[in-house]
Amino acid sequence: MEQVSLWHRLDLVARGLAPLAITFLLMIATLLPPRTPEIAPVMPALVLTAVYYWAIFRPDLLPIWLAFLLGVVHDLLTGAPLGLGSAVFLTTYLAVAAQRRFFAHATFAMLWAGFLLVAAMALMVEWAFGSLLQLRVVDPLETLLRYGATVAAYPCLAWLFGRAQQAFLK
Amino acid sequence: MKQRPGTVVRLATPLKAWAQRFAVFLLIGATFSLMMLGKVDTVVVERARIAVLDAVAPMLNVASRPVSSINQAFDEAQNLAALREQNAALQEEVRRLAGWYQEAQRLSGENRSLRSLVNLAPDPQHRSVSARVIGDQGSAYVRSVLVAAGSQEGVRKNQAALTGSGLAGRAIEVGWRATRILLITDINSRIPVIVGQARDRAVLAGDNSEHPELLYLAPGTTVSPGDRVVTSGHGGVFPAGLPIGIVAAVEEQGVRVRAFADWSHMEFLQLIDYELPKLLQPLTNGAAVVNP
Repeated sequence: MEQVSLWHRLDLVARGLAPLAITFLLMIATLLPPRTPEIAPVMPALVLTAVYYWAIFRPDLLPIWLAFLLGVVHDLLTGAPLGLGSAVFLTTYLAVAAQRRFFAHATFAMLWAGFLLVAAMALMVEWAFGSLLQLRVVDPLETLLRYGATVAAYPCLAWLFGRAQQAFLK
Repeated sequence: MKQRPGTVVRLATPLKAWAQRFAVFLLIGATFSLMMLGKVDTVVVERARIAVLDAVAPMLNVASRPVSSINQAFDEAQNLAALREQNAALQEEVRRLAGWYQEAQRLSGENRSLRSLVNLAPDPQHRSVSARVIGDQGSAYVRSVLVAAGSQEGVRKNQAALTGSGLAGRAIEVGWRATRILLITDINSRIPVIVGQARDRAVLAGDNSEHPELLYLAPGTTVSPGDRVVTSGHGGVFPAGLPIGIVAAVEEQGVRVRAFADWSHMEFLQLIDYELPKLLQPLTNGAAVVNP
């Protein structure tokens, strides 16, 4: 084993934190006041997209327990029913993990198609548990709109993550 | 790992796979436990929420500033386009309100003299704290905003939060430097109100939609669109008479209220510190413990 300097090691650790940091910043971004009530319901699920991306490309840097913790923090921060975020992110992560062979050699279009399915599953889980926890049927239209926005925002976000991956992790 | 797989590796690989599978089940179990915990124990969850809120508040505070300026720029551009009509409308309104101002002066004087005549106990004093909105969570599951003021500014739980035009919500989680305001549209929001000229009592209940609903109206009361809805002060949490909104629609399914608060331009909220000094201080012997 070759000798690595302390700085080099620190640098590696800092770079390794990039996926988590980006995901966390996106969580903060979803909290910022948009001031247009028309946008609020169709705010794309940014953190969900991030979890999907990093679960595919760097599962070593965003392990499943971190996805779970992100969900907990997400719920605590947004005031959503506790456990909802964890359920959503775990669903996303497990769906990716189950089809790791497919995702390993997927082209961009295939990744997007995969996201179409995974996001649908995750948001359906969110809707089901959200309805259950609040003992009422949450308006499915709102979830549907959010799904549309999330899927539409995927290419843009994936490009962003790709750039970040090249900048920090290559 | 270039070496030939030895006994240790041969043993370790299934063990690792087993551990991983176990971890997944553990996490799924933890998720369900969290859901239960969120349903059952509110104190621990509330503490955790406050801790996270306090930790993230400085970041939100900084990050929300540019967003706020961008929004302002958009608003100004929109206003510029509508300047001429707005000016005409405003002048018209000023003319109309001038009359109302005289009327209000007269009524205020009359009210004062009548109050002294019947020797009415004075309304409780209230102080207010104004705070900037730094976070907004409008999802299908929760309607709340975060403001950049907490217990260090004197904010306390259950204080009423007002926009310039009406009640927006109440403080539910108060951190050291940030507070979560549960909006009146949230599904967990219940506020005792008085409706219309007849001053019928009701409860304003949110359901995460734009327009909260009036519940528990006494049978036989007639409510019509346009009736004003104000806080009743019952329960002692809010001062009486805070404006909330007007009745927007009366339908078979329920009575809907349109809030005065403009949800899209909520940049600052005023938190009302409502004290009942005359009622509570003698009991607690000077130590003001008014926290409900």
